[in-house]
Amino acid sequence: MPSLKDLKNRISSVRSTQKITKAMQMVAAAKFKRAEEAAEAARPYATRMAAMTRALGIDYAGRPDLPKLLAGTGSDRTHLLIVMTAERGLCGGFNSSIARMARDHANRLIAAGKTVKIMTIGKKGNDVLRRLFKDRIVETITLRDVRQIGYANAEALGEKIVARFAAGEFDVATLFYSRFNSVISQEPTALQIIPAYVDEGENEVLSYEFEPSEHGILAEILPRNINVQIFAALLENGAGEMGAKMSAMDSATRNAGDMIDKLTLSYNRRRQAQITKELIEIISGAEAL
Amino acid sequence: MADIKIDIVAPERQLLSAEADSVSVPGTEGYFTVMGEHAPMMSMLKPGFITVVTDDRPDIYYVRGGFAEVSPEGLVILAEEAQPIREFDRPRIETAIQEARDAMVAAETDRDKWGAELVVISLENLLIEAATLEPGSIAH
Repeated sequence: MPSLKDLKNRISSVRSTQKITKAMQMVAAAKFKRAEEAAEAARPYATRMAAMTRALGIDYAGRPDLPKLLAGTGSDRTHLLIVMTAERGLCGGFNSSIARMARDHANRLIAAGKTVKIMTIGKKGNDVLRRLFKDRIVETITLRDVRQIGYANAEALGEKIVARFAAGEFDVATLFYSRFNSVISQEPTALQIIPAYVDEGENEVLSYEFEPSEHGILAEILPRNINVQIFAALLENGAGEMGAKMSAMDSATRNAGDMIDKLTLSYNRRRQAQITKELIEIISGAEAL
Repeated sequence: MADIKIDIVAPERQLLSAEADSVSVPGTEGYFTVMGEHAPMMSMLKPGFITVVTDDRPDIYYVRGGFAEVSPEGLVILAEEAQPIREFDRPRIETAIQEARDAMVAAETDRDKWGAELVVISLENLLIEAATLEPGSIAH
């Protein structure tokens, strides 16, 4: 049986935890607003860019001199999984759902006899995947020191990936991140970025005219598309992380409140019991006289 | 005459989504004007100005390169960097020119140098252009 003092200590400890989670929730809420706006604002560009790349892919499909970033190397032996997660935890299942999706994908590929390489962006995904695929991780990048994600960050990442591709290190690259739907819903998403063009049937062929030349446009747009998709994914992740943190910290605060109520109740009960006991002792002592 | 749907998007935000009578675009091969029912085309952009004309009123945007796509759905400008020129003021343009000049000096390849030079020229044009526009559109 815990003593009254023990109970009192526990209540004050839970109360200070509640204060922390409450503060974290408020910080997340403040950051969330900005992150959400950034993610929403970047979305049209990323969608348009993907659509334009796709239109180019359809137009170009089946020609012999296809750029590799567009049509692939002609093989799909080596896969690069780029797993983007948050740098910090305490945001519910946000990081683990991305990591789980990447893990399942990696296991499927390994089972199919493919070579899998993993690049992690963000510390939390790395923590999980390093345990499972230690020797398959080719690069770990953290954005811990980045206060606000800008296009330049995405550009640097994109250049790294394109350089690895140019060196022939992999055939297919897939981005794993979390698409932000709302504060309570983030959807882990896999997006293939190299090759950029995937034949999905139903292609409406528009005969575009090109200025200066189709090749010139492709050479510019393909690496750029990768950067843009990474940029959009980083921002989606940013908004998702803050949203998930908000709701995780909100329930933590609420749970702490419940716990305080419960502990306070048993504290009061015990206190009452003790008073009753003392009264009985006094009364029976008086009677014995 | 059919209107054309125009979208100008930069990586950080969507600048414009509207219907217009005509749009002039700085293609790498020269300026071209897009009106309704234009044949599909794609073009790279050089630094310059996009003029969106609606009801005879021009609305001018500065772009620093990017891509333009004309499809039956309309014209989409994917700008590397874009600004409505009413948001510019003289000191900011001057700083931008200085930055571009520095980039030009620092450029290692001829191609980068040429790119930076185009930016300088277009920004200088912006300064000149700004003076001829309706007074008050740019703070002096």
